[in-house]
Amino acid sequence: MANTATLPPAPASAPGDERIGRRSPIQKFLGRPEVGALVGAVVLFIFFASVSQTFTQPNALATILYGSSTIGIMAVGVSLLMIGGEFDLSTGVAVISSALTASLFSWNFSLNAWVGVVLALVVSLGIGFINGWILVKTKLPSFIVTLATFLMLTGLNLALTRLIGGSVSSPSISKLDGFDSAHAVFASSISIGGVEVKITVFFWIILVAIASWVLLRTKVGNWIFAVGGDANAARAVGVPVTKTKIGLFMAVGFCGWILGMHNLFAFDAVQSGEGVGNEFLYIIAAVIGGCLLTGGYGSAVGGAIGAFIFGMANKGIVYAQWNPDWFKFFLGLMLLLATIVNLIVKRRAELK
Amino acid sequence: MNAKQIDQQTLLRDEKDPLTHTPVHLLSLEAVGKHYGNIIALRDVTMAVDNGRVTCVLGDNGAGKSTLIKIIAGLHQHDAGVLKIMGQERKFNSPRDALDAGIATVYQDLAVVPLMPIWRNFFLGSELTTGFGPFKSMDVQKMKDITLKELAEMGIDLRDVEQPIGQLSGGERQCVAIARAVYFGAKVLILDEPTAALGVKQSGVVLRYILQARDRGLGVIFITHNPHHAFPVGDRFLLLKRGKSIGYYDKKDITLDELTAQMAGGAELAELAHELEQLGGHTEALKEVQAEVAGVTEVTDVADTSDASRENSPRHA
Repeated sequence: MANTATLPPAPASAPGDERIGRRSPIQKFLGRPEVGALVGAVVLFIFFASVSQTFTQPNALATILYGSSTIGIMAVGVSLLMIGGEFDLSTGVAVISSALTASLFSWNFSLNAWVGVVLALVVSLGIGFINGWILVKTKLPSFIVTLATFLMLTGLNLALTRLIGGSVSSPSISKLDGFDSAHAVFASSISIGGVEVKITVFFWIILVAIASWVLLRTKVGNWIFAVGGDANAARAVGVPVTKTKIGLFMAVGFCGWILGMHNLFAFDAVQSGEGVGNEFLYIIAAVIGGCLLTGGYGSAVGGAIGAFIFGMANKGIVYAQWNPDWFKFFLGLMLLLATIVNLIVKRRAELK
Repeated sequence: MNAKQIDQQTLLRDEKDPLTHTPVHLLSLEAVGKHYGNIIALRDVTMAVDNGRVTCVLGDNGAGKSTLIKIIAGLHQHDAGVLKIMGQERKFNSPRDALDAGIATVYQDLAVVPLMPIWRNFFLGSELTTGFGPFKSMDVQKMKDITLKELAEMGIDLRDVEQPIGQLSGGERQCVAIARAVYFGAKVLILDEPTAALGVKQSGVVLRYILQARDRGLGVIFITHNPHHAFPVGDRFLLLKRGKSIGYYDKKDITLDELTAQMAGGAELAELAHELEQLGGHTEALKEVQAEVAGVTEVTDVADTSDASRENSPRHA
C-alpha cells in the first residue's frame, strides 16, 4: 500500500453487470408504481360489470367518472405531495374553506361571483403556502402541522359562516352577477354522444396529464422525487428543497380551489361543516395508486386510478343493489392490499 | 524521521489569479474557525488545494473533519478566518453557491436518492432542459446517454440507467457520485470518507477513482480516518484533532509510520497499555502496545516541536 502502483487495475466492466442482467419490458412495466392499482381497477371493473347490467351503461359510467373526479382532482395534488414526502390532513376542509370564502365574500359585499372565485384562489394557495412554510421552518412532521391546520380551518369554517351568513350553511349566491358564467365553468356538463359528462371529469384528466408531465419530464418533477426520497441528499446537490415543498402544498391548494368552486357552483350554497374526513379519501386514492407514504415513489396516474377504484366501488355497490354499508369495508380491504403490494415493490427496489 | 510542517506560501503552483495574474491556490483556508453556540467545532485550520493534487484531511471521529467540509461545501458558514477560491475571498451561503464556484462534494451517504433511477440521480439539481418558458422539459434521452457514457469512462458499464441507484453496490454508487462531480465541471472535489464503509477491494477501486480525478486536473480533498488509504494517494496531509490542526505536511516530509503515529496519538496508546496492565494476563498484547507507545512518543516529540515553531511564526501570531 506504499505507493499507487499497487492499486488494482480497472476492471473492464463493472461486476454489477452480469449480476443484474437485462430486464424484459414486462418486468419494466411491473416495476411501475401504478401497476398494483391498475390490476385492481381492471379486476373490480370486470367484477361489477358481471354482477350488474347497469354498471357498463354509458350513463352509469359517466356517473362513476364524476364520482371519481371529485376525489381524483384532489388526489392529483395529494399524490404529488406524497411523492414529495409529505401529506396533508387539511385538504378536506380546505376545499370547503375555499368554497365558503368565495360565497361569503361575494355575498357579503354583493360583488360579482368571480371576485369571490379569485379571492378563494388566493386563500387556497395561501393555506397551502402557510402549511408548507410552517413545515419547512419548524421541521415538524407534516402530520402535526396539517392536523393543526385541519382543526383550525374546521373551526373557522363554522364560526365565520355563522358570523357572516347567520346560519350553518352559506347564503345562496345564485342571484349574484357572474354566477351563471361561473356555474358554466365549474359545474356544467358536456354532452358526448348523448351522455352528459360533468366538466370536473375533464378538469381531472387535464390535471392528471399536467401532473404526469411535470413529474416525469421536467426538472421540478425530478426535484419532487428527490425531496421525497432523501431531502438531505437533494439539498446537498443543490435542489431547492424548501421551495419544492412549499410549492407542492400550494399545488394541493390549487386542486382544492377547483373542487371547492365546483362544490359551490354545482348548487349555490355550501354546508360549513362539510369536508371533514374527505382528506383520508384523497390520501387513500394516492396510496392505492402506488404512492409511498414515506415519499420518493409514486405517480399521478396512480392517484387517478386510485380515485377511479374509489368511484367504481362507491357507485358499483349501488348498481349491484347491495347494502352500501359494505362500502367502507371494501375500501379498507383495498387499501390494505394496495399498501402491501407497494411495500413489496419498495423492498425489491432497495434490496435487489 | 523528520516530519516537517509545510508553510502555506511555499505550495504555490501554476494557478494564476484571474485578475492580477499572480500565482494562487485553487482553494485555500487560512486560520478558519467555526463554533456552534459555545462549542468550538473548528479552530485555526489552514490548508490549500491545488489543481491535480490530493489534499488529505485525517482525523478521528469528532476531530472536526465534517465541520471542515461542510464549510467548504457551503452547508455551514465559517465565523473566523478566510476561505479563498483562486485568491478571492468567499463565503458560501448554500451548497448551490459552492457548486457554482466549482466545488463538488461526494458525501458519506453519497447524496443519492436510492429509489430514483441512476440517470435522474446523475443530473439531480442540474437537469438538462429543452424548450422554453412554461414548456421547458428535461432532455431525457440526452441525459440517459451522457450518464451511460460518463459511467463507462469511469469503468462502470451499465446496460440500464433506469434502474434505481439503490440497486448498485457501494463502490459503484461512489463512482456514480464521483463521475457526476467530474462531469459537472468540478474544480475541487471533496470526498467525505469514501472508503469508510467499503471492503479492501472496493476501497482500492475508489482510491483509483481519486487518482483518476486528480489526473484530470481536479483538486481533490480526501477526508478519511485511515492513513493507509490516505498516504498512497495524498500529496498533502492535514491532521485534525479535537477541532484543531495538529499538523500539515507535504508528502516528501512525512512517512506512513509517522502519519499513523500522529493519528493514533501516544497518550491513547499509553492509556490502553495501562488498562491492559491492570487487567493482567495479556502479557503479549501489553508488550506490543508498550513497544508502540515507545515508537509513537519518539515521533510525536519531533512533531510537537515543529507544532510549537509553527504557532510562533508571524503568520499565526
